[in-house]
Amino acid sequence: MTLARRAWLKAAGASLAASFLAGCDKITENPDVVKALSSAEVLNRRVQRLLGRGALAREFTRADITPNFKANGTINPPDAEYQALVAENFASWKLVVDGLVERPLALSLDQIKALPARTQITRHDCVEGWSCIGEWTGARLGPLIDMAGLKPEARHIVLHCADTLGGAKYYETLDVFDVHHPQTILAYAMNGAPLTVPHGAPLRLRAERYLGYKQAKYLMRLEAVASFDHIRGGQGGYWEDQGYDRYGGI
Amino acid sequence: MSRPQKILVRRHGAVVRVTHWINAISLFFLLLSGLQIFNAHPALYFGQQSHFGQPWFATGAYERGGQLRGVTMIGRQVFDTTGFLGASQEGHVIVSRGFPAWLTIPSHRFLALGRRWHFFFAWVFALNLTLYLATGLISGHLRRDLAPTKSQLAPGHVLHEIWAHMRLKFPKGEEARRYNVLQKGAYLGVVIVLLPVMILSGMTMSPSLDAIFPFLVDLFGGRQSARSIHFITASLVVLFFLVHMVMVVLSGTWNNIRSMITGRYAIEVEPPAAPVGDAP
Repeated sequence: MTLARRAWLKAAGASLAASFLAGCDKITENPDVVKALSSAEVLNRRVQRLLGRGALAREFTRADITPNFKANGTINPPDAEYQALVAENFASWKLVVDGLVERPLALSLDQIKALPARTQITRHDCVEGWSCIGEWTGARLGPLIDMAGLKPEARHIVLHCADTLGGAKYYETLDVFDVHHPQTILAYAMNGAPLTVPHGAPLRLRAERYLGYKQAKYLMRLEAVASFDHIRGGQGGYWEDQGYDRYGGI
Repeated sequence: MSRPQKILVRRHGAVVRVTHWINAISLFFLLLSGLQIFNAHPALYFGQQSHFGQPWFATGAYERGGQLRGVTMIGRQVFDTTGFLGASQEGHVIVSRGFPAWLTIPSHRFLALGRRWHFFFAWVFALNLTLYLATGLISGHLRRDLAPTKSQLAPGHVLHEIWAHMRLKFPKGEEARRYNVLQKGAYLGVVIVLLPVMILSGMTMSPSLDAIFPFLVDLFGGRQSARSIHFITASLVVLFFLVHMVMVVLSGTWNNIRSMITGRYAIEVEPPAAPVGDAP
């Protein structure tokens, strides 16, 4: 076989394979197909919440803490507003709690540190597949939300973040279901030291039992809502708007 | 001289046939979407968490002379696996990726969609296996057709079967009515050990399920161990599939496929002895 013919056959084979894969992708990415597949997410959420309403995530010992906890997603927000807060060591930073609440709040870091706190050594599971164990200290979300008083129609808490990632502001949603779970905290310390910028200073969510992308960093505002359809992509989170499941328990 | 006759016997019941094909379809999608998920972090560890410097299995890419090379590390051994693992063709360029485009759903990098496919078919697969095992227990299929008999388990018989298989000689006649001891061992091992372990190790990767069933984490020795065991069991399922395909072809492709569709399987039996005294 001549070299030219071999090269031609190889190119023809490669382009055939490429168009075959493109055809497969048309099916696997078809919106109706994806919508049907997503029915499994509802099933997962319902079954897992039915089986383990108040189940606690495992807590570990100090000896289990990893020396190199991977910081993922945004590790240094490019936003000028946030960088100004870093420069003044978050002195004027306040967490806004509003939306469907009886008494909107704006809490300083010191006020949050004075609230009922919890320390937990837990395993952080990234959706990519890796895990790291770390210790988190923070205000329990339940009592904090109770201070504001949720209105009965509130279904979700939208966590608005300071960081812009890939051109969009990061945000997440937590169901009211998880607000009073003992391990749902707003963490201001990690491994006994104030939260660093790569890990979400000054305040981040820790809702154990969920994947890393639910653990929103750089918190600015908690907004109680009845529906998140109107917020950004409408899927209930930065990664959710890009196709990830909102449940995030698997 | 009488020649063997072919007769059709009932080989597989309806539930076995239906669950077999649902199982095959589910495993196809689970494997390819699973490799997409693996590609999001193509490294495996043992224990509760990831010690990033010390995976026991990892793939990656590095640049040499302006070209991307794929490498795979197993233990301390490093192999150049360019084109398959670590770096392979996507569209018209070589990119850094774990498994190649033709082995993942979708072909390009898209973890979120891989997860959608995986978790949908995980339900189909687990419910299907549960249905198969439950009906298999109730109907006696597992005990009657898959559990080896005492005489089949005799060491001499097992060695005889291994020797016969190595020479590609398969049971004929009456012996072909039932599974031989190697078939029984392989099928039983897959349906009551391999597939359940694969499901349980998969469940252990869910942080929510770990809170509900803490014993799962202990069973596998940590979430990262579970991820490794999930990968290993999936690899063993692929190995089983390859051997299964070879055996199907060697022992009669169409007869085997027909038996798994219509339930009828042809075996060769000696015809009844010719009557004494021929017809005039």
